[in-house]
Amino acid sequence: MKKLHAQVPQVSSRDAGPSAVHVPPVSRRGSPTTGFRRWGGRPAVVRVSRPAPVLFALAIAVGLAFTSSSPAQQSKPWEQIPTPKLHDFHPQQPKRIQLSNGIVVFLQEDHELPFVYGSVLIPGGSRDEDPAKAGLVGLYGQAWRTSGTAQMDGDAMDDLLEAKAAHIETAGDDDSTALSWDSLKGDADQVFSLAMDLLFHPKFSAEKLQLAQQQEATTIVRRNDDEGEIAERESNKLVYGADSPYTRQPELATIGAVTVADLQAWHDRTLNGKLIVGISGDFDAAAMEAKMRAAFDSLPPVTPEAPRHDAFPGPTPGVYFIDKQDVDQSNVQIVGLGIDRRNPDVPAVAVLNEILGGGFGSRLFQKIRTQQGLAYAVGGGFGLEYDHPGALHVEVLTRSEKTVEATKLALEEIAALDSKPFTDAELKRSKDDILNSFLFRYDTKEKVLEERERLEFYGYPADYLETYQAGLEKVSLADVAAAAKKYVHPDKLAVLVVGNGPEIKQAQSLDALGLGAPLPIDIAIPMPPSPQTGQQTGPQGAAAGAEK
Amino acid sequence: MHKSPLLRWIWLSVLILMPLTRAQDLKSFEQRITTKVLPNGLTIIICQRHDAPVFAYDTLIDAGDVNDPTGQSGIAHMFEHLAFKGTSEIGAKDYTAEKAALDKVEEANNAFEAEYLKPVGRDDKKLAALHQAFLDAQAAAQKYVIPNQFTEVAEANGAHDLNAETGLDDTQYFWSMPENRLELWAWLESSRLADVVPREFYKERDVVMEERRMRVDSSPEGRLFEQFIATAYVAHNYGRSGIGWPSEVGQITATEAMAFHKKFYVGGNIVVAIVGDVDPKTAMPMLEKYFGRVPAGPKPEEMTTVEPPQFAEKSVVIREQTQPIYIEGYHRPSIHDPDDAVYDAIGDILSNGRVSRFYRSLVEQQQIAAEAVGESPYPGEKYPSLFLFGAVPLPGHKPAEMRDAIHKEIDRLKTSDVTDDELQMYKTRTRADLLRGLADNQGLANSLAGYQTRYGDWRELFLQLDRVDKVSKADIRRVANKVFVDSNRTSAEIDTESSAAPDAKNGGMQ
Repeated sequence: MKKLHAQVPQVSSRDAGPSAVHVPPVSRRGSPTTGFRRWGGRPAVVRVSRPAPVLFALAIAVGLAFTSSSPAQQSKPWEQIPTPKLHDFHPQQPKRIQLSNGIVVFLQEDHELPFVYGSVLIPGGSRDEDPAKAGLVGLYGQAWRTSGTAQMDGDAMDDLLEAKAAHIETAGDDDSTALSWDSLKGDADQVFSLAMDLLFHPKFSAEKLQLAQQQEATTIVRRNDDEGEIAERESNKLVYGADSPYTRQPELATIGAVTVADLQAWHDRTLNGKLIVGISGDFDAAAMEAKMRAAFDSLPPVTPEAPRHDAFPGPTPGVYFIDKQDVDQSNVQIVGLGIDRRNPDVPAVAVLNEILGGGFGSRLFQKIRTQQGLAYAVGGGFGLEYDHPGALHVEVLTRSEKTVEATKLALEEIAALDSKPFTDAELKRSKDDILNSFLFRYDTKEKVLEERERLEFYGYPADYLETYQAGLEKVSLADVAAAAKKYVHPDKLAVLVVGNGPEIKQAQSLDALGLGAPLPIDIAIPMPPSPQTGQQTGPQGAAAGAEK
Repeated sequence: MHKSPLLRWIWLSVLILMPLTRAQDLKSFEQRITTKVLPNGLTIIICQRHDAPVFAYDTLIDAGDVNDPTGQSGIAHMFEHLAFKGTSEIGAKDYTAEKAALDKVEEANNAFEAEYLKPVGRDDKKLAALHQAFLDAQAAAQKYVIPNQFTEVAEANGAHDLNAETGLDDTQYFWSMPENRLELWAWLESSRLADVVPREFYKERDVVMEERRMRVDSSPEGRLFEQFIATAYVAHNYGRSGIGWPSEVGQITATEAMAFHKKFYVGGNIVVAIVGDVDPKTAMPMLEKYFGRVPAGPKPEEMTTVEPPQFAEKSVVIREQTQPIYIEGYHRPSIHDPDDAVYDAIGDILSNGRVSRFYRSLVEQQQIAAEAVGESPYPGEKYPSLFLFGAVPLPGHKPAEMRDAIHKEIDRLKTSDVTDDELQMYKTRTRADLLRGLADNQGLANSLAGYQTRYGDWRELFLQLDRVDKVSKADIRRVANKVFVDSNRTSAEIDTESSAAPDAKNGGMQ
């Protein structure tokens, strides 16, 4: 579950990663960005930063070992600047209503602008789909909306909504699907009715399913074009396993196996789950509550999702290699198994993340980018998922001939978490980074609502953020050291290099990493023997996908 | 993650600010906005929004890579990296000593380059020695550096989404912070504008070279767009690689970067917009004090180069082992052209959402493309730019089919009027999208700074709607017939090569 309200404008459209010093210029004036960025590639002038793999807050550590040995700075004028007491702030919590059938509704009034936003979050996502039909949820996310309802097909709905600058959209994710809508206040009732029609009476169309299959097929045959996309996908497979529900990928054959009946069955099953409804914007809460009750009260009691029992063995250590000869920069991913947010050590791990790879002052950034100039994109840390272990992910992008050197440096920094003592300065700056920007997790009503929905979805207490913040404040040097010892296991890491084999080899063989002979990963795209999904098995797709 | 790329893109386009408005919106903003031009020429805009104790800012320098001097492509961007390296006060242990050491770095670099660039008789042994001396000089200067102190202080004080971007037209720096750090921010931001030091420059140059490899050389689309734009322009700097040609960005010197700063980072060329929980009565005098330190100066003189009319159709074909793609562009005027909104209308009607002509035709009916776009201005907005079209073929379909299908839709625009519904939809969506964007501090700060810079008045963010409302069906036909002509076209495509053993060394990298 990533975005509940896709339509809400967010600052994060220019997500500042640690690796980042630039984002897309584009014309701020309204023209969309230049084309095609969704495939991961960027037009020459558009500079998009890679988002941070983990926590957004950035980190620090001025002087690792060398601070103490260097002459002290003369004066620090910025320290003379007073920091007044922060203005009082009591973020407005949404009203939570639990219906007798178990459905939960959140109402968040916000009268600044004349819009109403809504969403229904539905448990169950791609991790729950039949592996033989991998991609079903993605297709469902598209075809649900584009098909429309018995009363109004998707095209007619498009015409009606766009004329009002309103939206209704559906989407699938790994653990949930969602229906969301938004409109100007004056159109809110009509758009809500339409959205409910789509929720309760969808009419999946074979034609729209086929369209979705074609789109998905396009994505599949293009998935080996972009180096970063390959690296991200394949490194996750190293952590979770290629067939894991979290990483298995749709193939032409599996998406071709999906039928309209499958979509309907998926819909009927998941609609019985614990729906979470969120409404925000310019409305009256009492009237809206009545409306929500009218829409959802009469549904049968919810059926909870069956608990999952996934295995998380972590990667098989070693160095893995994917040869891509049209690049001159290697994308190196160092991965291991991490933890989930229920783990009581999360605050210490979050601080550890900041110290290792969270930002400009992190050990990885200082060493590999600032001191050595070996990378533009470097960073990483433990991903913290809500209901399953995240991955430890460290990445370095460096020119072919420096691949071994930069990878070694990154591995050394990871290993040093256990041997190079953390300093008070590192601890202080990391905690300051996280805590002083903590308020940006709830500085808008929309963010507060999204957080509450997220916590409700994963069954966390409503005061999770407060608890987390208190935990962060208490983190000590000993806690960070203990967390490093407990969770960082250099001998259990896998290293994935995607890059130009001959160029890398010319400088230094990957054998020099001392992790054994590089194990090649075959990323060729399987072509199904008898296509069901249009023309997607053309020779072009086959040939271009077949990179070794 | 399973959402189609197309849908993702549609959402993206929705999130972008667009002009609109009714008088009362402008009025409410006029009450909340305070503007001041300082004696040094720098403009400060404060927009009050007291929902939460935070603020966001955007500092916009009206200079981007289009202003890079000849032979120094990428220097605006290179300087932007430098602006994170601190000042004589922050990031420095002993600035006097550091300055002397940095001068020696420049000398060493000049000596190395002089030998390196010798057309004949280059002495490799001497070159190696000079390179070592250059490295030694850098190491000597490094002793006086506290690395990344500028960003560390910002981040430790709660800076959120700290970043910067350099476009062809301009350079922007931005982040959000708790409101009680406003004065600290003013010190940090004004310091780096007024007192930047060419610290760790040559290592940062390596970093930028890595950035280029990531964005251009190792990316099929990066390569395609760089070649496309370089082909479309013959005279104007828009045609030059924004991040810089490898040989040029790889040899930019700190001296050159500082000269760029001196010329373009002057008060008259800078707008700072702040949006959030800020009281202008107390904040403005404080901001004046800090930002008054920026060197005074008027806007630098405008460039004289104007792209001459294109009279020959041009095309680029890249044959490689990646999937096919097709793009084409037609020269159009800058955003100051009276027809600017007409171009926006064309882009909206052709490719905004599932109701758009491209989607319905290429994606739904013909089923040849995964998506198709028509948008402008690209690659910049300040000077005459391009109207860009493009399509991503479904498996088995070829760029030529994209081209034909796009041309068919363009011809429709030329020969028959768009419908009333289509035109009205453009106007309604533009209005709503502008409104939606007003709720976001950072987005609003970027817009206010951008409109103030481009139009000399932030109000244009709202006033533009008048031009949007005036767009007529006849305007669309007229503009389409004027601009979308064969001789004004440059196209570029990737044709998938099926044979193995590619020799695809791209971008002239070493």
